[in-house]
Amino acid sequence: MALEKIATKRKHSKLIELAIRMWKEKPLGTIGAVIILILLITAIFAPLLAPYGLNEMLPDALHAPSAKYLLGTDNLGRDILSRIIWGARISVTVGLVATLISTTTSTIMGVLSAYIGGTVDLIMQRFVDAVLCIPSLIILIVIISIIGPGLWQVIICLGVANGIAGTRMIRSLVIGIKENMYMQSAVALGSPTRKILLQHVLPNIMAPIIILFSMSVPSMILSESTLSFLGYGVPPPTPSWGGMLSGSARTYMFKAPWMAFWPGLALSIIVYGINMFGDAVRDLLDPRLRGGVGRYGGQIKRKNALTKKSSAPEQSIK
Amino acid sequence: MRAYIIRRLLLTIPTVFFVSLIVFITIRSIPGSIIDIMVSNYSAYGPVAHLDKSSIEHELGFDVPMYLQFGRWIGRIIVHGDLGNSLWKGTPVIDDIKARFPVTAELGILALIVTQVIAIPIGVYSALRQDTWGDYIGRTFAIFCIAVPGFWLATLVIVYPSIWWNYTPSITLIPFAQDPIGNLKMFIVPAIVLGMSGAGGNMRITRTMMLEVLRQDYVRTAWAKGLKERIVVMRHCLKNALIPVVTMIGYQIPVIVGGDVIMENIFSLPGLGRLLIDSVTNRDYAIVTALLFLTAIVLVFINLLVDMSYGLLDPRVHYK
Repeated sequence: MALEKIATKRKHSKLIELAIRMWKEKPLGTIGAVIILILLITAIFAPLLAPYGLNEMLPDALHAPSAKYLLGTDNLGRDILSRIIWGARISVTVGLVATLISTTTSTIMGVLSAYIGGTVDLIMQRFVDAVLCIPSLIILIVIISIIGPGLWQVIICLGVANGIAGTRMIRSLVIGIKENMYMQSAVALGSPTRKILLQHVLPNIMAPIIILFSMSVPSMILSESTLSFLGYGVPPPTPSWGGMLSGSARTYMFKAPWMAFWPGLALSIIVYGINMFGDAVRDLLDPRLRGGVGRYGGQIKRKNALTKKSSAPEQSIK
Repeated sequence: MRAYIIRRLLLTIPTVFFVSLIVFITIRSIPGSIIDIMVSNYSAYGPVAHLDKSSIEHELGFDVPMYLQFGRWIGRIIVHGDLGNSLWKGTPVIDDIKARFPVTAELGILALIVTQVIAIPIGVYSALRQDTWGDYIGRTFAIFCIAVPGFWLATLVIVYPSIWWNYTPSITLIPFAQDPIGNLKMFIVPAIVLGMSGAGGNMRITRTMMLEVLRQDYVRTAWAKGLKERIVVMRHCLKNALIPVVTMIGYQIPVIVGGDVIMENIFSLPGLGRLLIDSVTNRDYAIVTALLFLTAIVLVFINLLVDMSYGLLDPRVHYK
């Protein structure tokens, strides 16, 4: 009876419930979510929001921020605010597509490496070791110098390189799952490998995959802007935030410091927002961090709230 | 322990093999059209006799079958320690690398030190005063370090002091032996910017580990004995909490090496990162190959050392 009552209490779907818990328990995560929402809206409605055209050359070059040009103009007379708004599209595309590629690569390689095991696992892991030993920024610069810069080249390279590096985490999770009884029984019942992987392994690593996804998005956005900054990313005149900080921004940075300021600020805010959101999602999805003595105090915090003491741990021990 | 070291060393052999294979295949995938561009680029700077299409192909080893190329390349490195000659200047690559290595090493080591100096005290403080204002400020600073891109911070550090106080960092390299203070002054700003990018993650790991250790029974015992806070923290907690931080350092070194490339370019320091970007721009792929290969090999062995230090730091770890 009691169980039924609890069951009927659940009014919302899992996703909405998660959103409500985020709102109630993680204020910083909520701020992150709002930042992400603003970014998405900006990216989708860029043509409506931007006051000037993407590459529209206005008569006032190197104009300081003013009421007419909120964030100033660059050396070619292009409005910086408009370019930042258009640039949101590049960041969103890179963030989502490159992360999708990398998470898929990690999952496929990690699951296969752990599930097959043996020599295949050994060889694949040495390969992953090798990739981890080559700094990703350096190998990406070299590869892009060979295949030529461009949005899709950057996305694919970022996705695959980070995907291989992320294999480790998925592999260790699957190795843990392999020990479970239900896996043995699935094998004993004669389930085909494909079915075991899709029905027993994949659902059990879904939460970590979501966490991996949310943690990868900001690092992809940062990597893309770093590459564009060095001239091996999205080529001009496409307004990538990293690209806007390089080239003419560096030539004119003493004369027009706003050129070197705003795109970086946009980048920092977005990366901060996604990180905060990702942290909150991780805390909410990981049952080990829920309540208990976890990262955010848990029992001790509650105990201190009751006894009205400062929450320094040594006092709670007395 | 010795068996573990031997096994671990044996495992690095396939890793090194894969590293060289990745580097080799990356460079081998240069299409012929790029070699044409390279030839026209070189001749644009005046006629250079030793640089035509066939000589570039020969230097990069494109004129023999692939397996032979790989064997020859690896053989030359292992047997003669020969990393090839620069396509552009014709001089041995190793000379360039030797000349520029000290700059990169100094920047990298300083950055690693800065990372730990920022991360560990703030992480420890944050854990000790969990959920107080100090903790919130510390955590916000950690997120700031993670979110602010290093290349932007470096640009700001160059732009605003110069506008406000007319201060510009020196462009010519001051050798350490000549003027240690001037040399450090030159390196400290890029090192702080570079170190900050790694400090955020380290700070969070330190804090999490400290929180975990603070709740252990032996720490409770230490408090119960009436030991001072300083002794409990330094002697009982920190030693144990720092073990995963050491592992983090292993993961951070590739990030620092990558960040090094950016900082050397922004602060115009003549190190290996600068050499890499210059060589990629000039399409001097002989230097690029050598740099990629050496970086990866050095990192393989740093990872090996980090793994081993784990056993020395934590007596509970027994290698099978």
